[in-house]
Amino acid sequence: MNIFVLMKRTFDTEEKIVINNGNVNEEGAEFIINPYDEYAIEEAIQVRDKLGGEVTVVTVGNEDAEKELRTALAMGCDKAVLINIEDDVEEGDQYTTAKVLAEYLKDKEPHLILAGNVAIDGGSGQVGPRVAEMLGIPYVTTITKLDIDGDKVTVVRDVEGDEEVIEASLPLLVTAQQGLNEPRYPSLPGIMKAKKKPLDEVELDDLDLEEEDVEAKTKTVEIFLPPKKEAGKILQGELTDQVKELVTLLRTEAKVI
Amino acid sequence: MTRKVISLAEIRDGSLRNVSFEAIAAAKTIAQGGEVVAVLVGESVQSYANELIAYGADRVVVVEHAQLKTYTPDGYGQALMAVIEAEKPEGIVFGHTALGKDLSPKLATKLNAGLVSDVVAIEEKDGELLFIRPIYSGKAFEKKIVTDGIIFVTVRPNNIPALSRDDARSGNVMSLSVDIKDLRTIVKEIVRKTAEGVDLSEAKVIVAGGRGVKSAAGFKPLQELADVLGGAVGASRGACDAGYCDYSLQIGQTGKVVTPDLYIACGISGAIQHLAGMSNSKVIVAINKDPEANIFKVADYGIVGDLFEVVPLLTEEFKKLKVHS
Repeated sequence: MNIFVLMKRTFDTEEKIVINNGNVNEEGAEFIINPYDEYAIEEAIQVRDKLGGEVTVVTVGNEDAEKELRTALAMGCDKAVLINIEDDVEEGDQYTTAKVLAEYLKDKEPHLILAGNVAIDGGSGQVGPRVAEMLGIPYVTTITKLDIDGDKVTVVRDVEGDEEVIEASLPLLVTAQQGLNEPRYPSLPGIMKAKKKPLDEVELDDLDLEEEDVEAKTKTVEIFLPPKKEAGKILQGELTDQVKELVTLLRTEAKVI
Repeated sequence: MTRKVISLAEIRDGSLRNVSFEAIAAAKTIAQGGEVVAVLVGESVQSYANELIAYGADRVVVVEHAQLKTYTPDGYGQALMAVIEAEKPEGIVFGHTALGKDLSPKLATKLNAGLVSDVVAIEEKDGELLFIRPIYSGKAFEKKIVTDGIIFVTVRPNNIPALSRDDARSGNVMSLSVDIKDLRTIVKEIVRKTAEGVDLSEAKVIVAGGRGVKSAAGFKPLQELADVLGGAVGASRGACDAGYCDYSLQIGQTGKVVTPDLYIACGISGAIQHLAGMSNSKVIVAINKDPEANIFKVADYGIVGDLFEVVPLLTEEFKKLKVHS
């Protein structure tokens, strides 16, 4: 099995968001592997351990992402690839990322590609399906179970809380939903081994891509914080009176009932 | 500049989902006076067309095929591409639902287009359309413009208000026949895990429980309150992890992101992971024994007390209100 995982390095959204000069201030903030991509990595490792083959984790970004790639290697991926677009792309969007990934993957003959179903920073959930479409392979998003038997794949897909049991065949791209597995922590021997595993870096040039080929179709013109919520009203007095007051407030002040 | 815009309607449990009407409203804004064409896809769906016109669609295109009974990206992709080829729209609006999220990137790629996902509001400035969407799990927002090609957006349910229904409106309903073939993913079975009735992501009222609910049975008073208010029950990750309820109810960074008019958090401490899924609700009520609980920081109204005392009292109060009105 030739398995690829699409990984994104993300800002940990548990961090406080500060905006400086129209951008989210990333200085000193914690960065992590996108949590949904951790499920994808874990599943890829489990599939390889069962069926054999190799897991390559791929990311599009800059050299800061080497840290997260090493973590993925320490979890058990075999190889890592950083597609460094820092010098070539000033501002990309999901089209950009998908195009870069698809160009990289098109001659790799992947059997299975896994990705997170959404990244917790940008939150668009587009890149996985876009890559599949560009490669001309089918996809199933938000999966919670994956069984591979030869070329036949049975997947359970989460559909807003309901489940679809889906049959497909390889090659296939799937995006991981919470519940797919319990991602492992890198072990100490894993971390030691990861240092010796290959981490390749490629640029647009190596993929025969020009800047125009990956030019974004959308552009962010402003980033802002939601209006700060004023401290709410903690009701006082007898519980029964508080409940009555709450119902009145919801009707007359908040007007939601 | 006027544009022709298509919007995709969705059906669940025999009714059009609200987001179908919200998508029409968004399509109207994008169309700037141009034509809005609603699209219905399924096995036998023609009967829903008039409702879409009542909610503002100028025309409806109906695509019916036995292979379109259940959603698959290939089947719906072929149906929508046939509509797009026939109508040549300059804008496309889907709901940011399981279906919309799954299908829109595929079509955007086929059309070599951008896609602005999860839009919560649309603004117009100097003739340019600005699409507002949450980033960092709702802790910030961005305004986006489309710089190249077709304007393709998905709209988050419950945010862009639908137009008011007007059954006197009329419009043309047209069938488009398509050839659906070579489906590469087949839905073998659908396992219903969510309750019939109110859909969590579209609910106007959500009553959510956390670890404070203490057991599966502890959700019963919450369900009763939700029933009186015509709402849905949700849960924090803590409650799901503890096995008190199914993960399908989970609201948070992992789980569903919801923006109801009223969110009643019962026995929920307010971990950041949970706040990411609900903090943009219009009005938040917190009920918690611990006056220091983080949830009170985002709540509009708080009651410090035992949810098992407070929730039934609330249910009774709302019942009285119903009798009176």
